[in-house]
Amino acid sequence: MKLIRPNSKISLLLSKPQRPITLDEPPTKSKLGSNYDTGWSRRYGVRLIRAMLLDAVVRPGVEMIASPEIKNQDRIDHLSAPVIFAANHSSHLDTPVMLSTLPAKFRHRCVVGAGADYFFDKRWKAILWSGVLSAIPIERSKPSRRAGELAVDLVKEGWNLLIFPEGGRTPDGLGQQHKTGVAQLAIRTKAPIVPIYLEGTYEILNKTSKRFKPGTVTASYGAPIYASDSDDPRELTKTIQAAIDRLADELHSDFLSAARRSAKGETPPLAPASRGWIEKWNRVSSLSHSRKLDRWPTKLFNR
Amino acid sequence: MSPRPGFVLEIDRSTPPTLFWHGEGFRLEKLPVGSRVIYPPEPLEGIKDPRSAIREALDNPTGDSGPLSALLKPDMRVAVCFDDVSLPLPQMQAPDIRQLIIEEVLERLAIAGVEDVRLIAALALHRRMTDSELEHALGKRVYEATKSAGILTQHDAEDRDNLLFIGKTEQGEEVELNKYAATSDLIIYVNINLVSMDGGHKSVATGLASYRSLRHHHNVKTMVHSKSFMDRDNSELHSSNWRMGKLIKDSGIKIYQIETTLNTNTFPSQFSFLQKREWEWGLKDRASFLAVSESLKLTPPWAARKIFQNVKSPYGLTGVHAGEVEAVHKKTLENVYKQQQVDVSGQTDILTIGLPFIGPYNVNSIMNPILVHCLGLGYFFNMYKGAPLVRKGGVVILSHPTRPEFDPTFHPSYIDFFDQVLPESTDPLVIEKKFEERFATDPWYIHLYRHGHAYHGVHPFYMWYWGAHALDHLGGVIILGGDPKTTRRLGYQSASTMADALEIASSIVGRDPSVTHLHSPPLLMANVH
Repeated sequence: MKLIRPNSKISLLLSKPQRPITLDEPPTKSKLGSNYDTGWSRRYGVRLIRAMLLDAVVRPGVEMIASPEIKNQDRIDHLSAPVIFAANHSSHLDTPVMLSTLPAKFRHRCVVGAGADYFFDKRWKAILWSGVLSAIPIERSKPSRRAGELAVDLVKEGWNLLIFPEGGRTPDGLGQQHKTGVAQLAIRTKAPIVPIYLEGTYEILNKTSKRFKPGTVTASYGAPIYASDSDDPRELTKTIQAAIDRLADELHSDFLSAARRSAKGETPPLAPASRGWIEKWNRVSSLSHSRKLDRWPTKLFNR
Repeated sequence: MSPRPGFVLEIDRSTPPTLFWHGEGFRLEKLPVGSRVIYPPEPLEGIKDPRSAIREALDNPTGDSGPLSALLKPDMRVAVCFDDVSLPLPQMQAPDIRQLIIEEVLERLAIAGVEDVRLIAALALHRRMTDSELEHALGKRVYEATKSAGILTQHDAEDRDNLLFIGKTEQGEEVELNKYAATSDLIIYVNINLVSMDGGHKSVATGLASYRSLRHHHNVKTMVHSKSFMDRDNSELHSSNWRMGKLIKDSGIKIYQIETTLNTNTFPSQFSFLQKREWEWGLKDRASFLAVSESLKLTPPWAARKIFQNVKSPYGLTGVHAGEVEAVHKKTLENVYKQQQVDVSGQTDILTIGLPFIGPYNVNSIMNPILVHCLGLGYFFNMYKGAPLVRKGGVVILSHPTRPEFDPTFHPSYIDFFDQVLPESTDPLVIEKKFEERFATDPWYIHLYRHGHAYHGVHPFYMWYWGAHALDHLGGVIILGGDPKTTRRLGYQSASTMADALEIASSIVGRDPSVTHLHSPPLLMANVH
């Protein structure tokens, strides 16, 4: 079929005028990344749809894949919004697991801190994640006033925040050093930080996985940590990290033994000082999900 | 809106029927015009963040005591003792307050590097707690940690190797305590004060004692002279415990007492009508009452018992104080009275009381006839300060089915007490003299107490003595709706309707008697002027 060339008036109407090539391109402000406006995702209608989606689709899905077991929830029963939930991060599954297992009083008014460079770099991703998970952009590699202010404003408005202080998924199953953003946020908002230790999501879906390997996940809540104006963000960050380390220790031993090790500063850290092969091997060898490793005397390699 | 205080209502023709507990059920009774009903105060607001309040209490002790952390040293031995399953009633919704306190205590012990720690359930002569009861009271974290480490224990008052004779008080009362606790560098006692009888020196002097020690205050003479045992200053039971407490202190045993008080928010929302005044029952309350009471009528007693025993109370913490025993207990009593006290002017000829499905000694078990006696004439009759609610020679009408049912696991000696002792006499003094020693030293009962989950052989005697003051004071006891044969065995009269009960009572106290009803739940303490 022969195309009919539009006449010049229509062409003028429809075609964008060309910029003279002798002029410099004016700076454009990206509407993606940390600049993405997620306000629409917190409107009532969107929240309602998201709540239905969370309860009708995400929760059964998580139950099927991860069979989550929640421990020590009584430690947060007395809290009310806003609360900052800070968990270790191993998998994309962490967010759906947490969102579907948080107590109802928190989960339907909860935003999730997500890497601006990864989850908000394309328009479709920004719409998808802010719509489905109520994600808000967090800058991981550079300070962003806008992203920081948004999180502070939302927490002050009474939104709960789920955030992963490690800043990204672990590449090898070991923990990572925490970034200070959570501590700064808590100091500014005075919202309690609830440390959470998540175990099992790495084995189900990690950074290098091609597909899900169904397994079991345990989420253990810690006692809330309260920040004050006089707190140093770096020290508070260490406190949060130590609290998650202790939760992991408690999960594998018991409350009293973990308390004693913590008091002596002997809690085994999730994030190693170095990431040498022995650390990695110890981690891998302790995985109960891997059938072939059962043949090995794994206890010898455990921490 | 702040909680309203308790008050005394005078019944007129427009007053709706009054709710009575009747074991695992209820009765609505129309009391005569002019009768009084004592309504308890509404539950006080609970502390919003109990964990912070506990930390605050441990860091800022009451009385002559340093903060807990300052008392701890790495090489010391510490016994963390706690009240048993008899408190609170019903059991608290998780987390139990004992869990919250003990977690905080263990945290501090860990920080101080104290390795030699043992948890001891202060049972006295009560039955051993089951694993699930321990787990509920201590929480999963503490239970699993201490159980697996072998440091979770229950006081055994018959373990001769683990008892230590401390000495005699100036009145010759022997004090014998749990040896591990008595030889510890510090006893940390975690208490729950549901009523004013609990706590103070009674915690250690009774909770960790043996029969040799307990018989000096758990006897008829002491109970008759405890007027009432809910009023610490007029209670011979407490005077004896305080003398023992002084001896314990003078012998060098250090006690760090942590006492807590709860509000009277006793039932969850599906039973909210139980805590409201009858004329304030809304549509939901009336519907709930009808649904619950009608379905209970169709339910066999064992099933109704199961339903009620599974109820967990949404209690709120109204106070937590830690430090020196007497100073702490003084504050505790203030909190208890603030929640439970109601001013009442004058005594009454007839006192009516509805007895619930639960008392301190039948948690997860059956309220047998002896426990009905103890709950009615021991606990409820004694919920007074000043003078008894009912006049000398007056009558108490208790509403309870009082079936001849017993729990053979928890209450084996009660069965023999009912079958062998009560047919011979219901006089506490006669019973004490003739039968107590035999039951207290019976090897089979001792075996069941030590290795099963049975109350000590002497326990039914104590339950009977608990009502000794009431029996000494009253002219008659009537059980409304009680099994006639069982009621007669207890030495009481039975009546099938309130009108009949009042008619029988009139033959004792005279025509045109004054009638007062002690409304529960929740609990109240009458301050009788």
